[in-house]
Amino acid sequence: MTLKTEPVTINIGPQHPSTHGVFRMRVTFDGEVVVDVEPVLGYLHRGSEKLAEERTYTQVVTLTDRLDYVASMSNNLAYVLTVEKLAGIKPPDRAMYLRVIAAELMRIASHLVFTGFWLNDLGALATPLMYCFREREKILDLFEMLCGARITLSYMRPGGVFQDAPEDFWPALHRFLEEMPNYIDEYEGLITGNEIVLVRAKNVGILSAEKAVNSSISGPILRASGVEWDLRKADPYEIYDRVKFNIPFGGVGDNFDRYFVRVQEMRESLKIIEQCVEQVEPGPVRSEVPFLVRPPKGEAYGRVEAPKGELGFYLVSDGGIAPYRCKIRSPSFINLTILRDILVGWKLADMIVTFGTIDINMGEVDR
Amino acid sequence: MLEGNAIFRNIYCLLAGNEGNAAYCTPLAPGQYGYAGVKFGLLPHGWEWVAYFVAGFIIVFMVVNAIMLSTALYTWFERRAIGRFQARIGPNRWGPFGLLQPIADLLKMLLKEDTVPKDADRWVFNIAPIVMFVPMLLIFAVIPFGKSSYIANLNIGILFIISVTTVSALAIFMAGWASANKYAMFGAVRGVAQLVSYEVPMVLSIVGVILLSGSLSTISIVESQRLPFLLLQPLGFLIFLLAASAEMNRTPFDLIEADSEIVAGYHIEYSGMKWGVLQAAEFAAPLATGAIMATLFLQGWRGTFLPSHLWFLLKVFSIVFLLLWIRATLPRFRVDQIMGFAWKGLFPLALINLFVTAIEVLIWPLPNTGQLWLMVGINWIVAVVSIVAFANILGQRSFRRLRPRTSPLAGVTSEVG
Repeated sequence: MTLKTEPVTINIGPQHPSTHGVFRMRVTFDGEVVVDVEPVLGYLHRGSEKLAEERTYTQVVTLTDRLDYVASMSNNLAYVLTVEKLAGIKPPDRAMYLRVIAAELMRIASHLVFTGFWLNDLGALATPLMYCFREREKILDLFEMLCGARITLSYMRPGGVFQDAPEDFWPALHRFLEEMPNYIDEYEGLITGNEIVLVRAKNVGILSAEKAVNSSISGPILRASGVEWDLRKADPYEIYDRVKFNIPFGGVGDNFDRYFVRVQEMRESLKIIEQCVEQVEPGPVRSEVPFLVRPPKGEAYGRVEAPKGELGFYLVSDGGIAPYRCKIRSPSFINLTILRDILVGWKLADMIVTFGTIDINMGEVDR
Repeated sequence: MLEGNAIFRNIYCLLAGNEGNAAYCTPLAPGQYGYAGVKFGLLPHGWEWVAYFVAGFIIVFMVVNAIMLSTALYTWFERRAIGRFQARIGPNRWGPFGLLQPIADLLKMLLKEDTVPKDADRWVFNIAPIVMFVPMLLIFAVIPFGKSSYIANLNIGILFIISVTTVSALAIFMAGWASANKYAMFGAVRGVAQLVSYEVPMVLSIVGVILLSGSLSTISIVESQRLPFLLLQPLGFLIFLLAASAEMNRTPFDLIEADSEIVAGYHIEYSGMKWGVLQAAEFAAPLATGAIMATLFLQGWRGTFLPSHLWFLLKVFSIVFLLLWIRATLPRFRVDQIMGFAWKGLFPLALINLFVTAIEVLIWPLPNTGQLWLMVGINWIVAVVSIVAFANILGQRSFRRLRPRTSPLAGVTSEVG
């Protein structure tokens, strides 16, 4: 008698602990091995791009908070940069420094969320997650001082930021900068040298540099594949040309590199913040911008290096108070396009871990 | 079977008296536990079987309730301790330090709707939690909780424990298969493969203990431990610890229920009290493992100063805490790595341990204290050397970082805008 086997198709998601939101994969398994993956999107579609056409340029900032809700500052920054490009506004220096400090803090917070949830995907019973969230909490406290909100921040405005940092923000930031490297060492002690993490993540889910570039992947995933591409260096915006930092990048492009690049980026972000704190000088935080921004007819594309990759806003103005068209190039969505290529052939457990390292956020994927 | 138990003898002799069974109810030497000294029992002659039944029932009732209660307390302890490991507080609302939390959980589970999937195999689905839970209770039948305080003095006690724990693989497969759910099926198939594999190193690691003590009975194993077998069998202890945590699928080996992959594995479709019973079995497992390990490797109830029951509890607690620590720290293996770890790692190590122990027993059949300490030295050296060797063969300690290449895209500036 011969035993007959047949592939089995399983829906991973939309309600699944490891899909980081309402993402759904229709996966075909041959035993434990992934044969086919088909992503199904759109469960969190809110029509942010269309909604943007109904709001004034300033009001759209609140919509951008809801895109990648663990990195709202970066979304704010990308949007206001585009509006400033479109309307020809020049923000004051202090505002730019504050924005960069906020964006880099947000990058650390976003990478902390990634690290914690990735270890959850690896099956670590939420211990690293709680550790990472302990520090994310401190960053959120800093944001609360800056703008009163913790998640949906809406701190930035076209032409600057909406208020200066309060007096007690700077000592708190100093304390955070002093503590944080030790905490990163702590995570590395728990995770980076861990035998099980190494055996699970090394040489698993490899993405080659060619494929990454051809699929227009950006962010830490691209850098983990060995491509030195960071918009902060390649196309400096704000004051990134005035600070010194390195771009960490990996060699193999496996899951471990994608994790390790992010940890190194946290350290680099701390360096950037330190330099910003040294360089920032008192002054106005918002240039003279009318309440209703009316950019001239035209179009602009602004982009920043968000924690998850290149976040771009393409705005078209017809001269009115609201954008005529707003197109968002969200890194999570573009990075998802390689999903099938790096998952097929690996096992179920690797699939979850590799999917975790892409670090998507459904608010941004479905917009 | 129950004769050696002090409480059993007291109850039996109270009911049946000296006339029922003179062998039982003769007074023991002073200082020993046992017979209360009643000459005439409460029951008339010819009703000794009732006395036997009542005494047996009372003692089993006591033990089962004690285990259930300690399982409930253990759920509180585990959640609380893991809370501390994870830099949070844990349940602290109901009762002092949240001690009444298990009761709240129980009430919640009792009040929940008990759903059965439409395509489920109803009979198997319903019986699986019971099949899962009963072996956990049966293990405690042969565990000596204290000096002459046990239910049964089986002369094949260890064999009984091994055969009873094997049933949990069947229970997991029953639950997974009957649920008619693909996730559950994944968990069930993984479960069978993993549990059957880890039986082998687990049994082999016990064989060393059996060789040293010369008995299969848990009671005589405890009595034969002049030194704790942890000292004489470090490798066996480690292998048993790992294999047991795989057997009860806790975190480094929890791919049967793999929360992040197959959501809850075999108990994904369970709800209400059936789920509660499955969880109770899962939380009783560390206690059972702790009890077995304390008996086999840590001298059981033996110890100075403190009462024997307290010693036993302390030893069980330390093992349980060790298991908890492992659980809170490590991430999960992949399915092929977990099988490789059993067959390529633990199985050869268990064979080495067995081989070395067998030779030692052959050379020193009745060792004196000096020879015992010599065996301790040899075994620890063997343990350290073989573990280091295996870690270097199987492990991935070195992670070489490749040199980064510069991208052709680096330095391109923005074109749009």
